[in-house]
Amino acid sequence: MNPRTNLYRAGALLLPGLPTLLAALTTFVLFMLFLLVQGKPAWQACQLVVQGAFGSAFAWENTLQRAAPLMLTALCVALPARAGLIIIGGEGALVLGGLAAAVTPLWLPAMPVSVLLLCMALSAMVVGGFWIGLNGWMRQKRGLNETIGSLLLSYVAIAIFNQLVEGPLRDPASLNKPSTIALDGSVMIGPISDAFQVHWGLVVGVIACILAQVLVRNSVTGFSLQVVGGNVRTARMIGLPVDRLVILTCVLGGACAGLAGMFEVAAVQGSANAAIIAGYGASGILVAFAARQNPLAIIGCAILLGGIEASGSLLQRRLGLPDATTLILEGILFTSLLAWEAMTPRIVAWRLRLNERALQTQGALQHG
Amino acid sequence: MADLDLATFFLALLAGAIRVGTPFIFVSLGECLTEKSGRINLGLEGILVSGAMAGYAVAYLSGSAWTGVLAAGGTGLLLGLLHGAICSLPRVNDIAVGIALMVLGTGLAFFLGKNFIQPQAPSLVAIGLGGWSEDERVRSALSINVLFFIGVALAFALHWGLRSTRWGLMLRLVGDHAESARALGYRPVLVRIAATAAGGFLAGIGGAYLSLYYPGSWNEGLSSGQGIMAVALVIFARWQPLRCLWAALLFGAAGAIGPALQSVGISAGYYLFAAAPYALTLAVMFITCRPNQTLSGAPGELSLTR
Repeated sequence: MNPRTNLYRAGALLLPGLPTLLAALTTFVLFMLFLLVQGKPAWQACQLVVQGAFGSAFAWENTLQRAAPLMLTALCVALPARAGLIIIGGEGALVLGGLAAAVTPLWLPAMPVSVLLLCMALSAMVVGGFWIGLNGWMRQKRGLNETIGSLLLSYVAIAIFNQLVEGPLRDPASLNKPSTIALDGSVMIGPISDAFQVHWGLVVGVIACILAQVLVRNSVTGFSLQVVGGNVRTARMIGLPVDRLVILTCVLGGACAGLAGMFEVAAVQGSANAAIIAGYGASGILVAFAARQNPLAIIGCAILLGGIEASGSLLQRRLGLPDATTLILEGILFTSLLAWEAMTPRIVAWRLRLNERALQTQGALQHG
Repeated sequence: MADLDLATFFLALLAGAIRVGTPFIFVSLGECLTEKSGRINLGLEGILVSGAMAGYAVAYLSGSAWTGVLAAGGTGLLLGLLHGAICSLPRVNDIAVGIALMVLGTGLAFFLGKNFIQPQAPSLVAIGLGGWSEDERVRSALSINVLFFIGVALAFALHWGLRSTRWGLMLRLVGDHAESARALGYRPVLVRIAATAAGGFLAGIGGAYLSLYYPGSWNEGLSSGQGIMAVALVIFARWQPLRCLWAALLFGAAGAIGPALQSVGISAGYYLFAAAPYALTLAVMFITCRPNQTLSGAPGELSLTR
């Protein structure tokens, strides 16, 4: 085997990671510059970001805790994206799903905790799935653009949430922080183990991503979705149920976002209140785009973003930087990730050339 | 008594429409301009917030509110330029970039604005048109900011400009059919970057209105989603500057209904009224959309309608 052949092969294999690497580098440089210009300790800040995100067991717990809902809201973008839809209203499905989960135990008779939790998860998924499914339905039946439609519906959802939480569903005991009636302690979802203080939402998030990967890569439905997302005309011509497939992805995505709301309520907040409107929807969109709508890649991107957000408190304590520092880092990171995406066509061309070279050198060896 | 209450209600509504609607006028005209060129900027919310911060900070440091307004516009221009430039790269999704820009813009504003939460910057002056009335409430309702009049003039100017000037035609051609524009020797990419930057400038000024006039101070909860609502508003107005003006006033009134009802003692449905503009836009889209045709009036190159 010619060593150059291997070199070309390895190059072709590693090339797709180049834009991500360049984006990380750009982010690092720009973030450092931003802090240096203001005379802040930039290098120390970068170290603290890594330390606060992944530096200790506690940091990891904090990071993963934040990553869990992001995986689910990112799926709310990535699944419909397989059918060619850009849904940006995951936040609406999340808050309504959370609200549904919060009121389910109040309206159901007494039953074992595990059954009750299952009912809560189901109601959150049904409500979330309905909300995003509505977008898919409006798009297929009325031609209403799903991006704007989901954005608008998400704000309508937040208004409904606020109205209900401040009004009919409000716990009279919650004075300055309007909430629904707090969940009973036995219903609260605990940490995975005492040594690992992250709630079960993380496991569910990872499983959901894996299932989504299986769905889009290894199933007939996933293949049909790819056809729909690639060319709707072809899909219709070969008799695929386009409308049903599109609405299905929306419902599944919405169910994921609703589930994220349920975990925010039942594992973090203890009741539905305005604290669950925390921008998980928007972050989920960025995670999904950074992962190029690939469900498995979402896990990694969500952990990265969760880590950045988790490092905020350390930056604040050690260096006195405002908590918006993590927002800036996030903004720069995603802007450069999206910008370097522009390299993709060139990378495809380079890969082809490298593969060609590899074949040529191999051929030369055989003939010589 | 009921008469008085009704008068109070309508007065509060009118005053609210103008006071709350003015930033909508600027942000929506900016978005309208951007979308007319065939691109969408969802990052307007971030631009609005950074504009509000920059305007307040510069007004405080320089002692002049109008310098602040210019600085806000400049900040918006830069961020708009950034959005326009990145979206011009191949294979870049303008919706995702817009959301990233929203995060970046808010982050920058919150970070740099930390020191400006306390001090009081000079605010923009209002023109009192209610001098003829004895009633204090009428007078306060009719004291209107100069930016409102500038916004109204701008809407008419854009309406005329888009319809009957060479620049306007070029912009619309680029937005409707980039290939034809290219065939005629125009450069769609540059036109779009310029339109996005100009849109950012206007959104920045909308932000300055928030921090320098109403509510009139800088804090992190200043914007209540005006930037996002502008995107809905432009669709509601079918991409026409004059309709943007009326829609901005209508949305302003819708935003003012909750507080106005509260002022006469009705507080039910406060949050639902806040979402009225979104629901209204959705309803209009639902009624007018057909599966096989795009929204009438939409620029042909807009990623939303293809």
